[in-house]
Amino acid sequence: MKTIVRRLGLVLGLALLAASVTAARAQSIVLASTTSVQDSGLLDHLLPSFTAATGIQVRVVAQGTGQALATAARGDADLVLVHDPEAEAKFIGQGHGMDPRQIAWNDFIIVGPANDPAHVMGTHDALAALKTIAAAKAPFVSRGDKSGTDALEKRLWRAAGRQPVLAEGDQWYRDIGGGMGAALNAAAGMNAYTLSDRGTWLSFANKQNLKIAVEGDPGLLNRYDVILMDPKRHPEAKRAAALKLRDWLISDAGQSAIGAYRVHGEVLFNPSAKAPK
Amino acid sequence: MSDFWTTLASDEFRRIVALSLGVSLSATALAIAVGLPLGAGLAVCRFPGRRVLVVMANALLGLPPVVVGLALYLVLSHSGPLGVLGLLFTPGAMVLAQAVLATPIVAALVHRTTADLWEEYGGALQVDGATPLRAIPELIVMGRTRLVTAGLAGFGRAISEVGAILVVGGNIAGYTRTMTTAIALETSKGNLSLALGLGFVLIGISIAISATAFALGSGGKQ
Repeated sequence: MKTIVRRLGLVLGLALLAASVTAARAQSIVLASTTSVQDSGLLDHLLPSFTAATGIQVRVVAQGTGQALATAARGDADLVLVHDPEAEAKFIGQGHGMDPRQIAWNDFIIVGPANDPAHVMGTHDALAALKTIAAAKAPFVSRGDKSGTDALEKRLWRAAGRQPVLAEGDQWYRDIGGGMGAALNAAAGMNAYTLSDRGTWLSFANKQNLKIAVEGDPGLLNRYDVILMDPKRHPEAKRAAALKLRDWLISDAGQSAIGAYRVHGEVLFNPSAKAPK
Repeated sequence: MSDFWTTLASDEFRRIVALSLGVSLSATALAIAVGLPLGAGLAVCRFPGRRVLVVMANALLGLPPVVVGLALYLVLSHSGPLGVLGLLFTPGAMVLAQAVLATPIVAALVHRTTADLWEEYGGALQVDGATPLRAIPELIVMGRTRLVTAGLAGFGRAISEVGAILVVGGNIAGYTRTMTTAIALETSKGNLSLALGLGFVLIGISIAISATAFALGSGGKQ
């Protein structure tokens, strides 16, 4: 037993050593970002070029926008990449972040089962579609995780004048409290409608019966902003390296790398640093 | 399934497996370093509050990983008390989280084994002049094959866990992504067969570790 304990101690020592050596060798920053830019594969496509050009490792912590902003507000991130204008304005207003820049846009879509119980397939008015889904009591999956997508969904229901309330018998409205992928898995499993960003949808591999139901509504615009940490409030953030990544993302090289990312031949993110939407 | 084989052959996958093993073995070593003396001490020593500690160790068998993750997150965050260590979103934080989860399991199982041995042989050991504390090494040697199970149970808890390390590690590609967080990620991408395949690899690794530990344990027994 003693030799086993000694061996395990050795393993522990080596692991900690390896961790500290890796940490010392390369400069690194933490990017708090949304699940959509990770699950869609965009960051895996972009970041190796940035690291090759600058030697800076980017550690991506992918969370919903609300959680990503909360992580950064606690001082645990060096740069933020999110997509909820209202939450971003609050984050900046509270002095956590500064100087937001739009790097790309795409759009949200409502996806639903191919048999289309609410008869909204092929329409282009999100509010009308939500009203119809609610009237038909067709299952609808909500993220319920305060992500950018979730925030937009709640705004759309408010604008449609029909906020689902579980306590008042809206059992068709299913708040799963999970990421975009989890919501799409749930919608596929229960033949439900859900709101998705187009990037995650296009790269999602378990669509089963799901099809795009509603798209092309100007109200479904999805903008991605990169936000620097405010050095007055967050002196611990690695500003120089974070600035390099921000500047690379809005540079010609970064923007064309974003535009070049395709899944099944389709462009997922439209670069928009020069002409913000 | 072609995705699955490409993934298995990749460097990234080897890093994920190596990190999973490194983190969980380190956490198990920490859990044994704390849980073994604690469990054995609780079995042989009589002091006020001993029963409370035994009940606590057993109650903490059901410690929810996500709560451990959240508590450690708040402690290790830059605005938390240990923020200066810079451990959040590093493998070190994941080792701590898994060690916290595995220690009660090791302590409770070691306590059970050594308490039985103490009841059976305690009298004889004390006749030979050993104090309860001195008898602990003897009890550990006597119970070593059964104690391997305590270590394995701790390791099992550590390597299968996802809730805590997702919160304190951040599932960062190439840095804090382990087998379980990779499985969670592939599931959220809808790559269900790849996720399941990785799950089977994880189970295979657990079987190999368990077999090795038993071989070591019985090899030491004359």
